[in-house]
Parts: sequence; structure tokens; C-alpha cells
Amino acid sequence: MIRYLEPAAALLLALLWISPLIFALWAAFHNVGDAVNFRLGAPLTLDNFRTVWAGAPWLRYFFNTFLLVTLILAGQFLLCTLAGYAFAQTEFRGRDALFILVLMQLFILPEVLIVENYRVAASLGLLDSILGIGAPYMASAFGIFLMRQAFKSVPKELEEAARVEGCGTLGVLWRVYVPAARPTYLAYALVSVATHWNNFLWPLIVTNSPSTRPLTVGLSLFAAPENGVDIAVISAATVMVIAPLLVGFLIFQRQFVQAFLTAGVK
Amino acid sequence: MTDAFTLERRRRALHGWLLLSPALIMLATFAFYPSLATVITSLWSRGTRRNPAEFIGLENYRYLFDDPTFWQVVSNNLFYAAVTIPVSMALALVMALWANARIPARSFIRTAYFTPTVLPMIAAANLWLFFYTPSFGILNQIGALFGAGPVNWLGQPDTALWAICVMTIWKEAGFFMVFYLAALQTIPPDLQEAAEIEGASRWTYTRRIVLPLLMPTTLFILVNAMINSVKLIDHLFILTKGGPSDSSKLILYYIWENAFAFFDRPSAAAMTVLVLLLLGALAAFQFLVLDRRVHYR
Repeated sequence: MIRYLEPAAALLLALLWISPLIFALWAAFHNVGDAVNFRLGAPLTLDNFRTVWAGAPWLRYFFNTFLLVTLILAGQFLLCTLAGYAFAQTEFRGRDALFILVLMQLFILPEVLIVENYRVAASLGLLDSILGIGAPYMASAFGIFLMRQAFKSVPKELEEAARVEGCGTLGVLWRVYVPAARPTYLAYALVSVATHWNNFLWPLIVTNSPSTRPLTVGLSLFAAPENGVDIAVISAATVMVIAPLLVGFLIFQRQFVQAFLTAGVK
Repeated sequence: MTDAFTLERRRRALHGWLLLSPALIMLATFAFYPSLATVITSLWSRGTRRNPAEFIGLENYRYLFDDPTFWQVVSNNLFYAAVTIPVSMALALVMALWANARIPARSFIRTAYFTPTVLPMIAAANLWLFFYTPSFGILNQIGALFGAGPVNWLGQPDTALWAICVMTIWKEAGFFMVFYLAALQTIPPDLQEAAEIEGASRWTYTRRIVLPLLMPTTLFILVNAMINSVKLIDHLFILTKGGPSDSSKLILYYIWENAFAFFDRPSAAAMTVLVLLLLGALAAFQFLVLDRRVHYR
């Protein structure tokens, strides 16, 4: 009896955990009346998705989000690779103090600095632009830390061999360190994309037109009570927004979990 | 000979600085300068067209401390932290123990626990609307089966913050589970065998062996959970907008509201400074206390 109790509890919790998702999925394909009254045998419909698609420039939002996560990832790879390499393999005075300064940024969350970051973005002419949403996240202390750890574990002999072959500092970085850190890059990419696909507060503040708005901000505007859309339509919109990431997650589940681990445990 | 050596060292130092400079410039622009600017803004009055901003020292802070909403928001946030941190961590541990045990449908269970982590907070809040909505929300329909009257979960001060907390726990637990799961998998299986031979019950084994070994992970998760209790506020925008009558308003949301809805930058800045001080204390705790323990491992 006891032997079955625990697996049953584990399974129950799992069902409870995905129930919000299941309900939304179910409601998205039914009309409101059937959805809120839980008529299980009710016919399926795609009407909600038609309403959703007609209600906002979703294609544009998808494109903006895609552009945003790509831009941030590219910026992060470049800046964090260079800085991580500097911290891992070059020696100069003040390096350790500087590293602690960089680590401080782990706790100065960009989310908390919205007030002044808005002014910085304004004075740089970055308001209402994809670059404006992405810029504060590019020099990520977390990414620098991660790359430094990865580069530190590369044997020095490889670098010396490359130097003998005539590589300069950047050549060594590109030919030796970057290829050696490939798993770390993959992990960092997954975490970064998932984070920024989902980010909301800063994009909400910086953007004010459909041409720059990412999906999260678009979804929040679409589902706002003032917009007067019913819960089945909201469900359809939500399902549509999370579908790409969710499908990606289900396919690459192992890598995803591994990525969060590499990123978190250091 | 020495000259060539010094020259080489200088060259390397120069390369180091060059490599660092792009990241340092970005960090300075979007982290260090704004932090300083926040402190300065918090010491000046709110400028209007007629009265330009002037230096008023700690006046903004005094104004903030006299503001009952501020204290309400602070106590809300403390409540939010006090509920979500222990509950989501405890759940995470239970989930990890289950997801690591030999039980049927294990991979489905793992996936189910982790799924909320990859959903945007905003989208997740929309999913939860389904549970909380007064007239046809799922919670009320379940309640009605047991004869309970309808409850407006998000619309009354007694339950709004709880509703927010529950959703945060749901979002966080699976994320923290992953870290516990990883730590559990590093525990050598002979420890369990030895415990079984000694006749220790599973509970004793968990309490005496597993929990102590998970201590560094627990502290790591704790720091993350504390940061999250400041950071995770997106769902407020969908579920309650801080209401009713500020009962579910959290600090970061109030900062946003002050700066971008009430256009009161100085008081938003003063609050930001207080949050930064708190995060700084957390950082010191992490570097000075936790890192030592983790290295010990």
C-alpha cells in the first residue's frame, strides 16, 4: 500500500503542475461557452485562433522576439568571450579587483535599475528599438563568469602549441579556446534564449510601438481586460506564444535541463 | 633579456585591457553608471517646469518612510518572500527526491515539474487567470462541487497576495528541483547501501545523509530564491496590478509604477537604492559566507 502511495503522489503533483497548461490548451480549441462550463464532448474549433491572429500583428511580434534573442545572444557571445578570456588567460594588475567589480553586476539586476536605465537608453537614442531592449543584457556578468570558468579548464599546452604555430592572442582565442568551450556556449545559449524570450518588464518600458514590441509585451496588451477578449481567446493567444519555446523544450529537454544546470551550478 | 620580458608582460596586460574594454564599457553604461545615477537622483527633488530639481538630501527617503503605501508594499514583499522561498524550496526537494527515485513514468514526471520554468511569466499568468477568475474559474468550480461559495480570489485583499504567491511557487519549484536533482545524482550509491545494511530507515537516510550533503545546493538555491522574490513580478501586470487597494503590490512593481505611471522618479530612485542595498548585502553574504563553504566541498 505504502509502496504505491509515493509514486501516486508524485504523479498527482505532476498532473497538478501541468494542469494550467492542459486547461489552456483545451480551452484554446473550444468556444467560450463550452470552455468555461467544461463540456468535455464539445466540438473542437479554430475560431479562437482566427480571432487572435486578426487581433494583433503577431507575425511582427514573433519576428521582433526572434530578432531580440538573436541580437542579445550575439552580443553576449562576443562580449563575454572576450572578457572571459581576459579574466581567464591574461595577467595584468588589478585584474582580480576588476573581476569582483564585474561579479557585483550579478546582484545589480537590470530589472531593478529600470528608472535610470530608461534615461540612459533615452540619451543614447535607443528607446523603442530592439537594440534598446537588448543592450543592458549584453555584458552579462554571469556570461563572463561562465566563459572564464570554461576557458580556465583548457590546458595551457594547447595555447602554447598554437603560439608556436604563429597565432596571435585573438587567433589563439578563436582557434583554441572557443572550440574547446563549445558545450558551455550551447548551455549559455539555451539559458539566454529562454530568459529573453520570456522577459517582460524592461521591454514593456522601452518599447511603445508594434514595430519593436516582443511577444510577451504584445500578449499582455492583447489579453488586457480593456481589450475585451474572452478567456478562450486569451488561451489561444497564450498557447500560440508559448508553442515554439515549449515544442523546442520538449524536443531538446535533456539539453535544456543540462543547460540550466551548467549555467546554475557553475 | 629582462627588457624583452617586461615588454612581453606589458603587451599581455594591454591585450587584457583591450579584450575587456567592450564588456566594461557596456557594464559601465548599463550597470555602474545607472546605479550611481540612481543614488544621485534619489537625493534631488522632483523637477517640474517651474521648479527645477534641487538637492534635498535625504528628504525623498523621509517622504518614502512617511508613505503608508511604501510600508504596505514592503510588508507584502516580505510576506511574498516568506511564503514563496520556503515552500518552493521544500517542494523542489520533494520533487527532486521523486524524480530521482525509481518510480513509474519518471521522465513524464520530471518534464511536468520542469515545464513551468520555460514558460514566460506573462503567459503563465494568463493560464492562471483560468483558475482564479470569479464566475467560472476552475478553483470556484471545484469549490462548488464541495458546496463552497464563489470566491473572488484576485479581487479581495485577503486572498490576492496568496494567489500571487501560489503562482510564483508553481513557476519556481521545478527550476530549483533541477539543482537538487543534480546534487542528488552526485551522492555515491554505496552510501545508501551502507545505510540499508546498518538498518537505517529511508527517512533516517534522507535526514542524516542526503540533507547534509545537499546543504551547499540549498544555500545556492536560497540566494537565488531571495533574488527572485524581488525580481518575479511580471504576473502582477496580468493578475492583480497590485490591487485591490495595494494588497498584492510588490516593491519592484511599485518602483515601476512610481517611475512610469506617477512620473515620480526621485521616490522610485530612493526605493531602488534601498533594494540595491539589500541585494548588496545578499551579494556579500554569498561571497563571504557561501563561497567558502562551497569551496570546502
